[in-house]
Parts: sequence; structure tokens; C-alpha cells
Amino acid sequence: MLLIGTVSVSWYLAVGAVLFVLGAVCMATKRNLLGVLMGVELVLNGANMNFIAFGSKVLRPEGSLGLDGQLIALFVIVLAAAEAAVALAIALNFYNNHNTVDVDRANELNG
Amino acid sequence: MDLIAVAWPYWHQFFFVLFAATAIGFGFGVLLSKNVVRMAFYLVLSLGSTAGLFFLAGAEFVGAMQLMIYVGGTMVLLIFGVMLTAQKDFINMDTHTQDWILATIVGGSLLMVLLFGAFGSEDWKTPQDITDAEVQATKEATPLGLALTGIRVDTLGESTDAVAEGKSGYLMPFIIVSIHLLVVLIGAAYMARTKKLSHATDDKSSRAKLMLFKMEHEEEQLEEEQYVVTHRAKSALNPLDSENED
Repeated sequence: MLLIGTVSVSWYLAVGAVLFVLGAVCMATKRNLLGVLMGVELVLNGANMNFIAFGSKVLRPEGSLGLDGQLIALFVIVLAAAEAAVALAIALNFYNNHNTVDVDRANELNG
Repeated sequence: MDLIAVAWPYWHQFFFVLFAATAIGFGFGVLLSKNVVRMAFYLVLSLGSTAGLFFLAGAEFVGAMQLMIYVGGTMVLLIFGVMLTAQKDFINMDTHTQDWILATIVGGSLLMVLLFGAFGSEDWKTPQDITDAEVQATKEATPLGLALTGIRVDTLGESTDAVAEGKSGYLMPFIIVSIHLLVVLIGAAYMARTKKLSHATDDKSSRAKLMLFKMEHEEEQLEEEQYVVTHRAKSALNPLDSENED
């Protein structure tokens, strides 16, 4: 506690950065389609942390984004819910058609 | 909150370290766990700790929405997806070693850049006084709701033009997001519906086409064979003709 003194915006940004990187590595390494989706959720949360930190009047009484940061964080949450719904529908469709959730075997389109 | 603050001045730091450690720790759990069911559970805990950090930063409404929409809605959806697809071979899936190495290099360098940026600005690094009672007493939900309907009550007192331009509100994005969510849910329900009937007819029609193709092919083969047989028979019957032909 004494190590970091009073919490500043930078610490929130650091937590958001770590969550973002964890999600990105999760997206890159997981072979399960649902694991990739979970990585996307982590990435969106890391980004949301930045909006909350910059919009917080508790952390920065002067020069904060104010309500704008929280509003954009709300939009991100709603869009993440929409993304999860569509991606899960695609995953279930893929599983029904190919009997697997391994993204390495989803190469039929050969983009 | 005041009582705790008086009794123990470090409560903010303590809860920040607690929530940050659980969020990052269970994030690592999501990344390192091979079992997809455990990954989903760790993700729930990580997102819940993130909601705690939102509460701590003074964004109570967003924190509550994080708990309700993410942990209550999206995660239930994900867990249903896991349950529907978690067959024997897909519960535990190993990652290739070269993928791990590459992702660690790329992720580590990305983390270095992001942390350098986070601690680079002196303005962000210096903590500001958080014991301001007026700041802590502000209620967020009502101004947020009004901003979503296009009315900004939080920037009315500002005198500078740059801030006053932010009065415009978020009605248009709100409507766009609403329609987007509606379209997306209809599309998801359409895509994820059970297709047993159409599957059966598809199978039947494709099977019928295959049969037809095979029959035609067999007919062609038969014709060819017949031709060969009659040709041979002809040449056998009158060898002179066949010799002439050759």
C-alpha cells in the first residue's frame, strides 16, 4: 500500500494494459473458439478500464473526461454483449456443421 | 465510507491492490488454463474484480452494469456455449509450443509499450487529492441517464466553450446502439436456430442427386462396354474388315 502511495490514473492504465495484453495473447494462443471469445472479452475490459480511469472525478478532479468516459464505457459493454451473442451463434453453427470448435480446422474458406 | 476513511486512511489503496491483483491473477488463469470450463469461471472472477475497480474509481453505475450485463448476461451466454460444445476432445486443448513463444514475445513487447505510455505522462502519474467530499458525494446515475436522452446536466456550469460543446449528449449513439442490439439479437437467433428439418431434406436431396449421378455414370459405362463388346464381336465376325480398318 505504501509502495504505490495514493492511487493515480497511471495505475489504472497499467491494470488495463495488463488485461489487454492477457486478452490479446489469449486470442492468439487458444485453439478453442470459445477461448478466443474469452480473450476478446478481456481485451474489451482492458480498454474499458482506460475510459473509466480518465472519466473518474475521484482519480482526477481536474481535467477528467467527466461523464463522457463512463458513457463510452457503457457503449463498449453493450457492444461487447452484442458481439458475444453473434460470435456464439457463429460458433454453434460451426460446431453443428463441422463437429469441432478447433479454429485451426476452420480453414475451408482459405482466405 | 467516511468512517472507514477516518479509521484507516489506506482503504483506497488496499482495495485497489486487492481488486487489481484478483483481476490480473484470474486473467492469467484464463490464459494459462487448458480446461475451457475453468477458463469461463476464471473470466467471471476477473470481470467481477474489474467491476470492483470501477466502483473504486467512482463509476458506480458502470460498475453495476458491468456486473449485470457482463457477469450476468454475457458470461451465462458463454457458459452455455461451453456446455453445448464441450465434448470429450474439446474440453482440454493444448496450444502449440511455437505459438506460446511467438505470443509471449509479441505480448511482452506490447505490454512494455503500453506500460511505458501509462507511466510516461507526469500529469497521469501524480495523484490528486481524493478526499474532496464534494467529488465523492456526486451521484452518477441520473446525469448518465439524462445524457443518454440528449441532455447534459453535468457540464452546464462550465464557462469555457471547449467544454460547453460537450453538452450535445448521446441520444443518437444510444438509438444506433439500440437498433444494432436488436438486429444482432435477431441475427443471432436466426443463425443459432436448430436446423434438423432442413438438414434432413438437405441430406435426402443430396443423396438423391448422388444416386442419380451414379446411375447416369453407370449407364455411360454400360454404353461404353456395350460398344466395346459389339466392336469386338464385329471384328471377330469379319476379321478382314478389321484388318482393313487397322
